[in-house]
Amino acid sequence: MNNIIVKAQPKSITTESTKYCPGCGHGIILRLIGEVVDELGIREKMILTAPVGCAVVIYDYIFCDVVECAHGRAPAVGTAIKRVHPDKFVLIYQGDGDLAAIGTAEIIHAANRGENMSVIFVNNATYGMTGGQMAPTTLIGQKTTTSPSGRTIKGMGKPIRVCELLATLEETKYLERTSIHSVRNINKTKAAIRKIFQNQLNGIGFSLVEILSMCPVGWRVSPTEAVQFIEEQMLSYFPLGVYKDTE
Amino acid sequence: MAENNTGSDTKRVLMKGNEAVGEAAIKAGCLCYFAYPITPQTETPEYLARRMEEENLIFLQAESEIAAINMVFGASAAGARVMTSSSSPGISLKQEGISYIAGGELPCVIINVVRGGPGLGNIEASQADYFQSTRGGGHGDYRCIVLAPNCLQECYDMVMNAFDLADYYRMPVIIQSDGIIGQLVEPFEMHPYEPMFEKLPPKDWALTGCAGRKPNVVRTLFLNPPNGLELHNKKLDEKYKKIYKELRWAESFNCDNADLIIIAYGATSRIAKSAIKRHNNNGKKIGLFRPKTLWPWPDIELIEIARKNKGVRFLVIEMSMGQMLEDVLLSLMDVVPKKDILFYGMGGGWNPTPDLVYEKISEILNK
Repeated sequence: MNNIIVKAQPKSITTESTKYCPGCGHGIILRLIGEVVDELGIREKMILTAPVGCAVVIYDYIFCDVVECAHGRAPAVGTAIKRVHPDKFVLIYQGDGDLAAIGTAEIIHAANRGENMSVIFVNNATYGMTGGQMAPTTLIGQKTTTSPSGRTIKGMGKPIRVCELLATLEETKYLERTSIHSVRNINKTKAAIRKIFQNQLNGIGFSLVEILSMCPVGWRVSPTEAVQFIEEQMLSYFPLGVYKDTE
Repeated sequence: MAENNTGSDTKRVLMKGNEAVGEAAIKAGCLCYFAYPITPQTETPEYLARRMEEENLIFLQAESEIAAINMVFGASAAGARVMTSSSSPGISLKQEGISYIAGGELPCVIINVVRGGPGLGNIEASQADYFQSTRGGGHGDYRCIVLAPNCLQECYDMVMNAFDLADYYRMPVIIQSDGIIGQLVEPFEMHPYEPMFEKLPPKDWALTGCAGRKPNVVRTLFLNPPNGLELHNKKLDEKYKKIYKELRWAESFNCDNADLIIIAYGATSRIAKSAIKRHNNNGKKIGLFRPKTLWPWPDIELIEIARKNKGVRFLVIEMSMGQMLEDVLLSLMDVVPKKDILFYGMGGGWNPTPDLVYEKISEILNK
């Protein structure tokens, strides 16, 4: 613990203390977005879609134009914003219930149309805001309040691998799965965020990063155990890596 | 489209109702249109697919009605004039988005070419979406302005008005068409855009990137401060009260000294008018009261007519089992005995004819 590096607060991030739970991954991802937005100098051209879920009040934490979307509809909302303002930067921020359950149609069709947008997909394998229910990405055997005996393949199906699913659509330009359970992976996640942001700025097209993220309260574990859960349980089912890079 | 160019900016054209609303939108400066095919309104997306490409505007066929209305939400939040259209089952799907648009105080125009329901119902004209349109339709305490054209001239004019009203009051405006009006082909004057207001409020709330200003947020969630949502709903309610004062549109025809006044809107009002004229020619004192705004409902105008015509009876005619009837009863509860308010209608895509209405009136007069 001798090499602690303290970086300055990104200018695009507010000083408001977040309402995220201890050990939650959203705060880390928010910080990474802030750093990349500052580095690319795009705060004043950014329009962010807030999802339904824990990140719904993201406009309290970031200094940019924000639209709060209905559950799962952000890719449709973002599509229209980008069509109206093709010169602006549109960031879609969604969780797993939002993107992979209720908003499945919207994300698939936005991806299939090749909308020139950047999507951050936070996969924490549960519905955090409503208190830890089964999500489309909940692992087999994982206990949640709505799968109290653990998720079973029979009757509940297997977790949806979003990057692999979207990779089948030819108009997706960049798809990567990263994680934030370690410093090394946080740094890789930042690079991936930078990549999908730059793709939009360069007019490349639909780019998404799926980030495996901790939800200790939803998972009913300690923050340390949450990090271990990603390392030991999630990585084997959700392999990290680049699933599509058409450049 | 057949044209008779008179040499001015206005020309007399022959079009279908579903096409007239599309052309009116383009003339009114609609930048974006998002929709999904459904009978009997598909001519609108077909027409706009071609015309918006010609005019270099934004046309997108969405993957669903839900996506289409959320695209409307996004485009409106981005500051654009935007429209969608559908028919009853599709409008049901759009209700989620309409609630967010109303809550977020965003302007947009929605066309409902009403067909029979519930469920898939049928593809005939109907007026069974009156409750849905005038009572909000989605979740929460909100209203939409609802305009009800009964001819193609009004379709064309009201779409232009709808864009202005939406921007002026910052809320969704619904054009309540139906399978008859939408499919009807008749001539009308295609004139340039005529703004309703000298000046519209600036869209300083729109999402355009926050260069040189504080960030804008379009939101419908009000968790805090305490009473945040209560205050928001109060603000909306004050707006709705203002609209009620400023925007009650109705037409009355031969209502002075009438023995019987028909109350009907949209296609039904035209059918009723034909029957009324036949009775008038036979010396019968029959009038017509036609609301042109379904919300706000023109209750004061109706009450005034009732007060002027002591002992008059009313006949509400709708292509539904009696939905506007409830607004008539509420309006007249202190003025006209309930027994003097009669109803003639049928649900499920029933279309009245002038003959049917004529006979119904005769039957009432002979009682």
